[in-house]
Amino acid sequence: MARARTRTIKTDYLARVEGEGAMRVKIAGGVVEEVKLDIYEPPRFFEAFLRGRAFTEAPDITARICGICPVAYQMSACHAMEDACGVEVGGQLRALRRLLYCGEWIESHTLHVYMLHLPDFLGYESAIELARDHPETVAKALELKKIGNEVMTVVGGREVHPINVRVGGWYRAPRKKELQPLVEKLERAREIALETARFTAALDFPDYEQDYELVALDEAGEYPIDLGRIVSNRGLDIAVSDYDDHFVEEHVEWSNALHSQLRERGSYLCGPLARFALGAGRLTPVAAEAAKEAGLEPGERNPFRSIVVRSVELVYAADEALRLIAEYEEPDAPTVEVEPRAGVGHGCTEAPRGILYHRYELDADGTILDAKIVPPTSQNQRTIEEDLRGVVERSLDVPDEELALLCEQTIRNYDPCISCATHFLTLEVERR
Amino acid sequence: MLEREGEPSGLIDAWEGVDAVWLVDAVSSGAEPGTVHRHDASERELPAALFRTSTHHMGLAEAVELARALGRLPERTVVYGIEGASFRTGETLSPEVETAVVQVADAVREEVAECTRRR
Repeated sequence: MARARTRTIKTDYLARVEGEGAMRVKIAGGVVEEVKLDIYEPPRFFEAFLRGRAFTEAPDITARICGICPVAYQMSACHAMEDACGVEVGGQLRALRRLLYCGEWIESHTLHVYMLHLPDFLGYESAIELARDHPETVAKALELKKIGNEVMTVVGGREVHPINVRVGGWYRAPRKKELQPLVEKLERAREIALETARFTAALDFPDYEQDYELVALDEAGEYPIDLGRIVSNRGLDIAVSDYDDHFVEEHVEWSNALHSQLRERGSYLCGPLARFALGAGRLTPVAAEAAKEAGLEPGERNPFRSIVVRSVELVYAADEALRLIAEYEEPDAPTVEVEPRAGVGHGCTEAPRGILYHRYELDADGTILDAKIVPPTSQNQRTIEEDLRGVVERSLDVPDEELALLCEQTIRNYDPCISCATHFLTLEVERR
Repeated sequence: MLEREGEPSGLIDAWEGVDAVWLVDAVSSGAEPGTVHRHDASERELPAALFRTSTHHMGLAEAVELARALGRLPERTVVYGIEGASFRTGETLSPEVETAVVQVADAVREEVAECTRRR
């Protein structure tokens, strides 16, 4: 077969993603032959060193997997442990969890929207270059991120890797008056977020759509953050405890991160686009209005517009945090007693990048016998590669350098966290 | 004296309005454990490769350069990096690093004193 020309588009070190990865696209004779998102950051074996540790240690150990979404790890771990021990944490203890999570969404989304993703749209190599030309924009981003940090500090005790979270609730519940100073700041955050949504909605977006299976949590009346069933736009509707019956992870030779799939259905997408598609009707009025003004519909399937969805979620996170503070009543006790028992527990929450699943098996005294953690980047990896293929197929005439940038932007649509994705250990892989 | 996670908005906020700041961080550049790197960031760009150990991707170097771009870098910004021996969990300071920590603390104390005298 005659091959007119073979082009290889590759980036050996992906900038503006969390962790270390590379990308390789091979085009031969006008056909995309190969697309690989190569995650070469070494695996970090968290699941292995959880074995033998006490069930109470999992939230703090797993939080160390990621510096940008530690709350997601803490929350999924707590839920899984509470599930294993037959305890439910509700009322204001749960409300505080959601509030802390709002702080993390503000921190993480602001970082991604402004520092990691926006330079792609405005043609800058980095946020630092962007800051030289648009100092007011970046200053606002820093102000917004700082408000997220403050929520984390007041509720979680520290702006990164909170120290106040425990299985069963909190070490200490904040006083009402401690939350009060956050109100004015969160109102300001909501204002900046609204500007952010208007600003990102006006960017130029590559013309690309994909008919994804979108997966997110679902809890009646609430935009998905901290709990719910796992649902999709194609009829998936399962309890978190049924996760392993429907999702499967596999190792591919070119990546240190596992690829997830829905059994017999293939790839799927989780994260902002999925949450918005499935939960838009449960945004607060202010966030819903921001989405409308930004031209977002639940049918949005252009992954490049995830930056607009993230901006709307910033509005929501600020608004929801304000509601939670307004309705806060100091709980009688900061924690619910959790007695260990032998069994298996499951937890799933919405990390900024998508659903984060934890499963633990405990013995009678609460020692962890087995652990499984599936971060959103593993789940989105296959979809990212499919997007890369689709984007390249539509852009075959684009010169190599420009195409490489477009591919990087495609990857950054997912705010991939490679540090999270390489936390894994599979025994099968280790034995080979 | 403040302890920070190295996250840009928190750092930039922490040195807001001051004339001089000294930053001390651990580095892993392949040099001998306990090696002290001193970098005058007021004079030249902070090498990102030396101060990139954060899983946030945006660490000390980005914070300093972002602040510079925004005109929010203190006039005098000195960064000390101490080469670590081991970054494993639960490790205490190795003797080489412990010696370097004392050395850097003395150096910073001296620089601060000199800076205050000059004012």
